[in-house]
Amino acid sequence: MAAQEPVGDGAETARVSLLYDPKVRALVAQVALILLVIWLGYSMVNNTLVNLEKQSIASGFGFLGTTAGFSIAPTLGTFIVDYAEESSYGSAFYVGLFNTLLVAFIGIILATIWGFILGVARLSNNWVIAKLSTVYIETLRNIPLLLQIFFWYFAVLRSLPNPRESVEFGANIVLNTRGLFMPRPLPEAGFGWVSIAILIGLVGTFFMRRWAHQRQESTGEQFPVFWTSVGLIVGFPILVFLVLGMPLDWQIPELRGFNFRGGMVIIPEFMSLLLALVLYTATFIAEIVRAGILAVSHGQSEAAHALGVRSGPTLRLVVIPQALRVIIPPLTSQYLNLTKNSSLAVAIAYPDLVSVFAGTVLNQTGQAVEILLITLAVYLTISIVTSVLMNWYNAKMSLVER
Amino acid sequence: MKKIILPVLFGMAAMGVSAPSASAATLDDVKAKGFVQCGVSQGLPGFSNTNDAGDWTGIDVDVCRAVAAAVFGDASLVKYTPLSAKERFTALQSGEVDVLSRNTTWTMSRDTSLGLNFTGVNYYDGQGFMVRNSLGVTSALQLDGASICTNTGTTTELNVADYFRANNMDYEVVAFEKADEVVQAYDSGRCDVYTTDASGLYAQRLKLTNPGEHSVLPEIISKEPLGPVVRHGDDQWLDIVKWSLNAMINAEEMGVTSANVDDMRNGDNPGIKRLLGTEGAFGEAIGVSNDWAYNIIKQVGNYGEIFEANVGPDTELGISRGVNALWTNGGLQYAPPIR
Ligand SMILES: N[C@@H](CCC(=O)N[C@@H](CS)C(=O)NCC(=O)O)C(=O)O
Repeated sequence: MAAQEPVGDGAETARVSLLYDPKVRALVAQVALILLVIWLGYSMVNNTLVNLEKQSIASGFGFLGTTAGFSIAPTLGTFIVDYAEESSYGSAFYVGLFNTLLVAFIGIILATIWGFILGVARLSNNWVIAKLSTVYIETLRNIPLLLQIFFWYFAVLRSLPNPRESVEFGANIVLNTRGLFMPRPLPEAGFGWVSIAILIGLVGTFFMRRWAHQRQESTGEQFPVFWTSVGLIVGFPILVFLVLGMPLDWQIPELRGFNFRGGMVIIPEFMSLLLALVLYTATFIAEIVRAGILAVSHGQSEAAHALGVRSGPTLRLVVIPQALRVIIPPLTSQYLNLTKNSSLAVAIAYPDLVSVFAGTVLNQTGQAVEILLITLAVYLTISIVTSVLMNWYNAKMSLVER
Repeated sequence: MKKIILPVLFGMAAMGVSAPSASAATLDDVKAKGFVQCGVSQGLPGFSNTNDAGDWTGIDVDVCRAVAAAVFGDASLVKYTPLSAKERFTALQSGEVDVLSRNTTWTMSRDTSLGLNFTGVNYYDGQGFMVRNSLGVTSALQLDGASICTNTGTTTELNVADYFRANNMDYEVVAFEKADEVVQAYDSGRCDVYTTDASGLYAQRLKLTNPGEHSVLPEIISKEPLGPVVRHGDDQWLDIVKWSLNAMINAEEMGVTSANVDDMRNGDNPGIKRLLGTEGAFGEAIGVSNDWAYNIIKQVGNYGEIFEANVGPDTELGISRGVNALWTNGGLQYAPPIR
């Protein structure tokens, strides 16, 4: 920048030594900085290895293949991985990973829905609804999440009955201190066709929507897109299912000895962690949604009304699309927060990644450096993937702007 | 702003290069700071627990006090770090504590691959099960299908898996990081069974709403030799901790107690004279003063005394000496001679 400015006579500028050339100086400084960072990283890794060796602490990743020998509470992770005590530490890692992904995924969906409801409610013209929402948001937002997790866990536990006095909801669904038990679907021969029907329904819906959109663009005629979609995705597979003579059996949970066995179970640790994460994160999402809606100028809805558009479509077609552009970026950080906060699971024995892998496995093997590195890498990856997806969605939403 | 970035980076690099190394002499560090930093549990009555006055007491705490008495001649020069089962080894490895005395089971993998060394056994234990009386269970073999609450990062988790597999029984394990949450969860009915070291069961039972409604099953399913641990690679410090415990066991065997130690010191039993430092230079050999064991026994007591005071029949825990009796009384407590 400054180098181009002719100060005084031009001849002098040309003679300025390299030492004072800002461009050269900047380049040298940056190269030096990069070298320094590389050397720093190298010396840290090297130091760790030397010191581990000196203290005779085992290192390397070989432990992932050895037998774990401990048991993990029944969860989606143990089901997918088919985990048992003879499984390896590597399988225990996957159990933790799936459990973390499960609670984060469901948590994000529910927190988004609940957050949108709360955010809209806080802006409601109905005084009671607006105030209720305000009080809820301000209270839950300001209580530490860990306390809320403990509260829900022990509140849930203390109010549930023991297995012999389980609450029965009919349809073989029962609830007690050990969890919510449900029949487990056992697909029989022919059930594959139902899955194919669902797939056909999804693809069909995609094309139907495109067609309906184009038709509306050219002719202005509307098509019942929503109900047709429901018919295709839900109705059609059910029809196939019935035609094939219902190729599905159910494994019913039954009380044997101490507890219900068979069927599927959602353990109380999962329920309370999910509940706490959703109720807490939704308060932040609600504020983001409120800010987003307030950011859309009132003139927009007035203009829509003036054109004769009803309130529902105004919100759906005019306000929300514009609000989303403001909402999505901060929403992404809430999703990341929820995912990272799910590691508080360790406090209430939900077997997530931190509890199983950075907890039990770390303690049984003592390989803290390797295990924490893997754990960090996993959270980093989840966060980056979430951000990338949200940025893509954000870009897509901004394009709608004309 | 820019001016400080480079020096800071250089500083970080320099720190990276001179990361603390393991071979530093713990004794010198301890003397320099003036106290022993001791890793204990987060509250296990009888082993390491704070009393009403806020002071740490227990049989594990007394090991730390014995080490301080040996090093400084003053058993009170100890600072305590409460650690969960999960945190304890990292805390010792990283130098946060000088000695770990926290109902920790001596196993081969912990002794060999964690960069740690066990220095002896101050309590021989074994894993047991506790259940509600209302379940009507009288043997661990009736526990098929039970839910079991326990601590993560313990030998307990592994033993229970072995036991149920060996006996072909189903179970569901609910593993918490902190012992208090295990107690609460068991108390609120999440589990049918609470399992940990038998001594721990008696201690934790005191924290339940109605201790009388729970009992410990007769089966002991594992060996849990509990003892103090130090970092690998500092033999002098290892010797100090090891012999502080041995001195207490030897003292009991010789009949030396905190009450009679002054009289005994003037007696002429050569074994006792060596123990109490009036003959030989055993203290100097491990880098402390020769009256090291005298200070331990005078200020902390012999092994029998610390057992009786913390976990014995007259305490809340009411545990009898059993396998923890001296070898001369049919137990396992046996210390090599001071000679
Ligand atoms: N001796 C076993 C178990 C030790 C353990 O952590 N026991 C629990 C239950 S008795 C405990 O000490 N809790 C007290 C605390 O965490 O502060 C081991 O070394 O792995």
